[in-house]
Amino acid sequence: MSENDSIVAETAARIFTDLADPQTINAAKDAAWKAPLWSALEESGLTLAWVPDTLGGAGAGVGDGFEVILVAGKFAAPVPIAETLLAGWLLSQAGISSPAGMMTLAPMRRGDRIALNDDGTLTGRARGVAYAGDAAHVAVLAHGGKGAAVALVETKAARIAERRGIAGDTVYELTFENTKPVLVADTPAGLDQQAVMLMGAAVRSLATAGALSEILDISVKYAGERVAFEKTISKFQAVQHNLARLAGESAAANAAATSAADAIAQEEGRPAALTSPGIYLEVAAARIRSAEAATEGSGIAHQVHGAIGYTKEHILHRFTRALLTWRDDFGNESQWAVELGSKVAAAGADDLWPLVASR
Amino acid sequence: MTTALNFDPIRLPKECEELRKEVRAFIKAEIAAGTWDPNAVGRDDAFNYEFARKVGEKGWIGLTWPKKYGGHERTFLERYVVTEEFRVANAPTRVFFTADRQSGPTLIKYANEDIKMDILPRICRGECCFGIGMSEPNSGSDLFAARTKATKVDGGYLINGSKIWTSNAHRADYLIALFRTSQPTKENRRHGLTSFLVDMKNTKGITCNPIIQLSGMHEFNEVVFEDAFMPDSHLLGEIDGAWKQATSELAYERSGPERFLETFQVMIELVRVLGEKPDARGAEGLGRLVAQLHTLRRMSVSVNGMLQAGKEPVVEGSVVKDLGTIWEQKLPHKVREIAAFVEPEDVANRVAFEEQLAFATTIAPKLTIQGGTTEVLRGIIAAGLGLRGR
Repeated sequence: MSENDSIVAETAARIFTDLADPQTINAAKDAAWKAPLWSALEESGLTLAWVPDTLGGAGAGVGDGFEVILVAGKFAAPVPIAETLLAGWLLSQAGISSPAGMMTLAPMRRGDRIALNDDGTLTGRARGVAYAGDAAHVAVLAHGGKGAAVALVETKAARIAERRGIAGDTVYELTFENTKPVLVADTPAGLDQQAVMLMGAAVRSLATAGALSEILDISVKYAGERVAFEKTISKFQAVQHNLARLAGESAAANAAATSAADAIAQEEGRPAALTSPGIYLEVAAARIRSAEAATEGSGIAHQVHGAIGYTKEHILHRFTRALLTWRDDFGNESQWAVELGSKVAAAGADDLWPLVASR
Repeated sequence: MTTALNFDPIRLPKECEELRKEVRAFIKAEIAAGTWDPNAVGRDDAFNYEFARKVGEKGWIGLTWPKKYGGHERTFLERYVVTEEFRVANAPTRVFFTADRQSGPTLIKYANEDIKMDILPRICRGECCFGIGMSEPNSGSDLFAARTKATKVDGGYLINGSKIWTSNAHRADYLIALFRTSQPTKENRRHGLTSFLVDMKNTKGITCNPIIQLSGMHEFNEVVFEDAFMPDSHLLGEIDGAWKQATSELAYERSGPERFLETFQVMIELVRVLGEKPDARGAEGLGRLVAQLHTLRRMSVSVNGMLQAGKEPVVEGSVVKDLGTIWEQKLPHKVREIAAFVEPEDVANRVAFEEQLAFATTIAPKLTIQGGTTEVLRGIIAAGLGLRGR
């Protein structure tokens, strides 16, 4: 799944290169860059790649959508491309058409549950809902008397609390109090909170892999330019070995995330397939390992850059802060590790190797 | 232009899973017959010729090699499955492992036809053990500092000097070794080494001295050459140009599942002592280990897919070995921490766990040294990033 594999990935790369240059965005005084970028993404159909054309989307393959995520990760552009893709996927599973514009989804934290009340309204709290301030609509996975349901909600219908996040962005908490959705529909078999967490975790893992490959590029380039002690710092073995470690972390995240995305794509994103033991292992492992790589890798990239990488002026922080933020979405690595470890333990010692070897 | 390495999500094809079933059934039957105990640690019975013969009969040695040399012309991915199943079951593969992984492929590429027809079928039958003669007392990671000398005489070469840390040498039928045929040049310090096939059983002037490792096991040896004669026909590849040959071998040597599964048993025993419902601390520790192992394995499978496609993924292979060996080196220490508060009721489980943990702990230090140190690997990766020359 390299970025040159498909027209979709090429299109995404072209749009981001033209309209989401990290240097330009980093230096921008306002958010004027955002509207042209979003309309280009929307017009190309990329934002609704996971929505069939019968429901207002582009009807692209599941693998195509994942390629868009990987490319978007390389730019770490602060627009809700991943969230809109996921919201579109969630809505279309329940047969709900996707509205135009930016979307986000809830819940994005493992422990948050939103109830579907008997009167069709929603009640509950969703923390860390990315881009809730930008998105006009939020796709909600709710739980009612008959099981899980999907709701399309106008973001303004929910109460929004804000705080500042790691990435210098705003982190939103949505509270639904008998909130009336635009539409509610039953979910197909297998589409539950766990399936949403799995799909979201795969998406964040892939974006993480993309951003790590970018900070590797940036760091290698910088080490080749920066002169200290009368030579470029790339000539120092200590720096070379740090960059080799960063390459290893980037490679591990890439391998785990592309493998998980491939596993999901082979099942065409069917919710019921997501929770099978094999795909579960792939996604949980990708989430855990890519988050570990984000922690380790962003630290190395900053170390290579020295003080300049710690300035607002330099683009490095756009990627490292995004990497560190994404670790918390759709379950952090500790939560996934506890769940994965519990499953492995419950299956027993003799099933450990067969599980690993099954992928 | 991107410097990041891609590891495409290669899937093991259906024929691999069929083969896996066969290998598992064979392993199960052999364990039941008492051929080896998968839970025994630190044993010296890994040189099992009877087992090697049976594996040869199954057609699982030289799996990827041409049929005319006794091979089976199957894929690297099929070989991968056999290798990992044997490793996880702790099977006694020492007779054929090195020959199958790298000596055989080197002979196929560089030996003359008579040697290939003579030796390769014997490897495939499980009758022929190989070792690798690279390190010397003053030349370890700095391979090209080797000084053991090959002096041209009528019909061949006389070898003088010594190799060290040579695994298997005390049992091996052959070594593939590097000897100095010329001095290095100013332009190329790697120049002047030549690769030879050494007949360990039929050559006068070779002495093998055992070196016991800290784990108590005997794999290492010092091999001393005193006017040992190598016929011209045993020269492998280009005179003075072994360095060109050595690098392409590395992708085979470094990317395999044996690079992170040498002490896998300790993970199995960890699951056993944790029980069905570990607390969050135990579950998180185990979950992370499983996630990390899965990732390593997917990377390793991907590299073998690259080999199958005819590529030479030397940098990717180095990444797998670097991450894999560092992971496995930390494994016993993490396992120890994860199990710190666990009190298994079953005494047998506890003893088995503690034995595996002690074994893995004593094995750990060597993992990042054998077959290319961490420092050498990171140098190769840095070169792949364009930071230095190769």
